Amino acid sequence: MSTAAGSWITETIPIAGVAMRVARAGGGPPLLVLHHDIGTLDRLPFYDALARRFTVLVPSHPGYDGSQRPDWMRNVRDLAAVHQWLLGELAVARAPGTVSVVGLGFGGWIAAEMATLAPRAFRKLVLVGAMGLRPDRGVIADQALLSYIDYVRLGFTDQRAFDRLFGADPETSRLEHWDLNREMTFRIAWKPYLYNPTLPHLLGGVATPTLVVWGRDDRIVPLECGERFAKALPRARLEIVESAGHFVDMEKPDELAKLVTDFVSQGES
Amino acid sequence: MHLMYFTEQPMSAYPEAEGRAFGATALMFSNRFFDPAAGSRLYNEYLEHYRLAEAVGFDGIMLNEHHNAPFCMQAKCNVFASILAATTKRVKIVLLGNPLPLADNPVRLAEELAMIDMVSRGRLVSGFVRGGGQEQLATGVNPAFNRERFEEAHELIVKAWTQPGPFRWEGTHFQHRVVNPWAVPLQKPHPRVWIPGVLSKETIVWAAKKRYPYIALSTAIEATKKIWELYDQVAAETGYAGGPEYRGYLQRCHVAETEEKALENARQFMWMQGEFTGLAHPVWSTPSGYFSPSIRSAFVEYAVGRRSNPRGAAFEDQINSQMIVAGTPKTVIPKLRRLLEETRPSIVGFWGADGFVSSADTKTCIRLFGEEVLPALREIGKELGLWSPFEANAPVSMAFPDSATPAHERAAASHTTPLEVP
Repeated sequence: MSTAAGSWITETIPIAGVAMRVARAGGGPPLLVLHHDIGTLDRLPFYDALARRFTVLVPSHPGYDGSQRPDWMRNVRDLAAVHQWLLGELAVARAPGTVSVVGLGFGGWIAAEMATLAPRAFRKLVLVGAMGLRPDRGVIADQALLSYIDYVRLGFTDQRAFDRLFGADPETSRLEHWDLNREMTFRIAWKPYLYNPTLPHLLGGVATPTLVVWGRDDRIVPLECGERFAKALPRARLEIVESAGHFVDMEKPDELAKLVTDFVSQGES
Repeated sequence: MHLMYFTEQPMSAYPEAEGRAFGATALMFSNRFFDPAAGSRLYNEYLEHYRLAEAVGFDGIMLNEHHNAPFCMQAKCNVFASILAATTKRVKIVLLGNPLPLADNPVRLAEELAMIDMVSRGRLVSGFVRGGGQEQLATGVNPAFNRERFEEAHELIVKAWTQPGPFRWEGTHFQHRVVNPWAVPLQKPHPRVWIPGVLSKETIVWAAKKRYPYIALSTAIEATKKIWELYDQVAAETGYAGGPEYRGYLQRCHVAETEEKALENARQFMWMQGEFTGLAHPVWSTPSGYFSPSIRSAFVEYAVGRRSNPRGAAFEDQINSQMIVAGTPKTVIPKLRRLLEETRPSIVGFWGADGFVSSADTKTCIRLFGEEVLPALREIGKELGLWSPFEANAPVSMAFPDSATPAHERAAASHTTPLEVP
């Protein structure tokens, strides 16, 4: 089934004891997009731009944005496994080696875990400001010390982009969403905080061609992590987006969509 | 009645201007401002106050702990409990309490508490708390599992106290392949457990289901009444009648020789409430997952500054509402009678002084309590039928309904003759 770009449908699929919600739009090769720790808005210009070229699949991580919480879940590898399971349930994604994955921030960590668990499962991999590695020099920003608003604002270089998406003073219901998402992040990534010390040892086995993208001014995950991902993954290169912070997808949607589209489409038959 | 002395053990000897400039001093206010020479002096003064409290006739010393904050120097209540176990003779050592979720090894806690109970010859009351919001960050413990860890650690500790080992514990948050501590409590079936709290309805319900006395921490009188309404309702559903022996209260109360002096010193209670230096940072004190989901919207609004701290009433209002009581013995006794009449607790902790109140004034306060206030309150307690769990011989918990203490221990518990001042 394919839908026109800009026309989104949402379905619910039972995975690992919870109802997983996945939004889909567009047509063409399947592209799985994994969202940030702050969750995601239902619609984003970045998703629409991708849907012009791909069948875009945007699942809510279980426990995020009001989706059912898996009480049993304890780490990000669990999350990687449920997304892998989800792909197996989607007809569009079932053929081996057809799916590409774009992981945004926290979602980039999930994508990296998925790739280490199934090193040949994906056609292409894009990691954008990915969490998951412990920085050597800096640190990953601690959201427990920042208000919901301040944390999200920290991920933008241009605060007007935040204002356009969330309003200059976001509504309480938005804050509750962010609180729920933060709670779920704490449940599965509290300690070590937003990285997995064993991940760097496993990246060497990933055969998938990978594009690592980083906002030049990422104040949530230091750029050095991007350099390390690009070095540790055998078939990766690093692309830096100027005048962007952690949320490149929300700050520079067209630029990022073009990078992703060009990279994923490359070598297509 | 069971009348206790309490202090937060304020670490007031830091540059006040630095604290004011920083703002919220709990969690992130740098410990480069902690002066260990002053700390050494203060710890020893607090010990002196505790021993005086025993000498003048208090029934119990109430201890607690907090982390990373000048408002409380006590980082581990079991340390002071151990000292008091050996240096006091009669008072109950009432821990309100050990923050269970912060423990990575609850069996170690069970051992420490058993040791304190034995060294003190059975004077331990072992309360348990969840720990404040910033405490989770200060100890790196996941706030999202706070309540689950609290409940599981409690279950493990009570089992370690009451069931012969070795046994194996395969829990959700704690796994111990061999539980067999060679230290068990002197008191049987186990030391009494009291549960202090201030905000969470869940904790009141949990305590009532366990038949553990609940200690309301300086709540306003009307709020306190609501707590007892809920507690009594759950007690009735659980199969017993609530009442004074299940009710405790912590009252800020400074007593001095004159009204003026008392009011001046009582102002120091505002020190930890943020008037002098901010206590709670709206974000750090409310980590996600720590608070009840039923009040999520209130807390997210508080965290971004859209609501003020519900505990931030002005000094004069707190005097009027009796959240702070101050005066000479003659004027505080009728106020405390009102508290006892309206909320009927049998366990009352008196938080005598805070902030920069001098050691001499604190000792005067303790002495006046012993000479005039405590005897008057005991009479009122008898008149109102406010029998403490010891006097009422209440069971330790729902799990041990036949656990009332033998008569000779009751006699020891109600002993009130002042000892020699050490």
